[in-house]
Amino acid sequence: MAKKSYSFYPGCSSQKAASASNYMTSVDSMCKTLDIELNEIPDWNCCSASIGYAGGGDLPRLALSARNMAISEQANPGQDIVATCAACWLATKETQERLHDDDGLMAETNEALATAGLKVEGNQKIRHMVEVLIEDFGYEEMGKHVKKPLDGLKIAGYVGCQTNRPFGIDGESYENPKYLDKLVETMGAEPIENYDKKVSCCGGALAFSEPEKSQALIKDIIESAYDGGADMIVTPCPVCQMNVEVYQDHINQKYKTNFKMPVVYYSTLMSVAYGGSGKEAGLDGQIIKAKQLEEIASK
Amino acid sequence: MSDANKQMVEQYRNDFLREVEDNVEEGEWVKMCMQCGVCSGSCPLGPHWDHPPQELFAMIRAGKRDEVLQSSSMWMCTSCYNCIVRCPRELPITHIMHGLAHYAKRLGMAPKEQPTHKFSQLFWNNLVKTGRVNELRLGLSLYFMNGIGEGIKTSLKMQKIGLGMLMTKRLTPMELIGGHKCKDARGLQAILKKAEELEAARIPVAGK
Repeated sequence: MAKKSYSFYPGCSSQKAASASNYMTSVDSMCKTLDIELNEIPDWNCCSASIGYAGGGDLPRLALSARNMAISEQANPGQDIVATCAACWLATKETQERLHDDDGLMAETNEALATAGLKVEGNQKIRHMVEVLIEDFGYEEMGKHVKKPLDGLKIAGYVGCQTNRPFGIDGESYENPKYLDKLVETMGAEPIENYDKKVSCCGGALAFSEPEKSQALIKDIIESAYDGGADMIVTPCPVCQMNVEVYQDHINQKYKTNFKMPVVYYSTLMSVAYGGSGKEAGLDGQIIKAKQLEEIASK
Repeated sequence: MSDANKQMVEQYRNDFLREVEDNVEEGEWVKMCMQCGVCSGSCPLGPHWDHPPQELFAMIRAGKRDEVLQSSSMWMCTSCYNCIVRCPRELPITHIMHGLAHYAKRLGMAPKEQPTHKFSQLFWNNLVKTGRVNELRLGLSLYFMNGIGEGIKTSLKMQKIGLGMLMTKRLTPMELIGGHKCKDARGLQAILKKAEELEAARIPVAGK
């Protein structure tokens, strides 16, 4: 396949030494194999990630994503905007929808952008990386590059919320999306069956402000993966990854559980299956080590 | 009562539904609620809401202005979007919750000690400063948002997680001295200031 180019919105958590920098590492490795060129939107800003609404009114929050879209239109014309973060993708896509639905908001947004010499039209398609993989490549093409099938691994596909609702992936249901399971299968691993928490909420940003309430949700997500016999959990969302991975000690203390479940990204699996080293797959970014993936990567 | 709040009370008198329709993000949808309760049953933190979304919608129509705007309920929204995709009438419920929370804050009526109210404001302040979230500063400001004593306690509790993030290079102390930012943070701030002005011309803000 010929090289494919996209206008890339990495988002705050994907930056160097930020909480999802390991996601970015594995995405880079995956993109190299698939010949995907990611052209970063110059000087992009935070989208406010569904939580800035105390201080940010409707219009300022729309203006945040509109600035990114405006710069993307200038710098990477004719390319689709692609985000790897669920919240970045959602906020940008919502902004596009709102601006196109409401001429008044569009006019005010452009009035605000004009103070920095920018103008938005909002006509570039806004997509999540998972959409790109499924729609522009497809499972068969993704499978062609597998050098080291992830044989024998049982994986719980935790889709979570914001890559699934309200937009989701075309052709998938909100209540039982199958794409992550298919992707796991394509990489040679086995998706666990009947993972009932696959679209349950991990608490999102409220894992910070309401830790106990959120950890009760996270506990169920991990427990259900264990019940299905999973060796690890895979997710497409940086907030899901962090929330489900890092609080396991706190949960073990509170609920007398014995959780030690690695939580990886789809791109981690793909990088390892495509023959990437542990470093290229971002495995050194796991707080709970994914030992089985390390073994396959070092073979 | 803040000036902004007083102004809205005088303008709308007993018509709280119209006040919400005119001033709250996606508020014009509230009257479409048919009280089925699917949103309330679908909400991951639903059991912790004093008034789940369906109830808030009924309360808005019943003119229970103080009870709605002073409620901690909408600050319990995790933005999971279950309610939106399941609502038979397709109300953008998540956005109405964010909108109600913001409107309550705007008029100075939001519960001051509500943790997500505090965190949400910290998040906004953090991102506006440089245009990108500074995760280390955000974390520290969160731990210390209830004072020094509780801050030290929380920091100790979070020590191992922080260390894990440092060791895996998913957190850097460099964020304290400079850290990630937009080159044109001033341009972004000018955009936000203009957006705030335009919005304030339509909807008043307490203390401004």
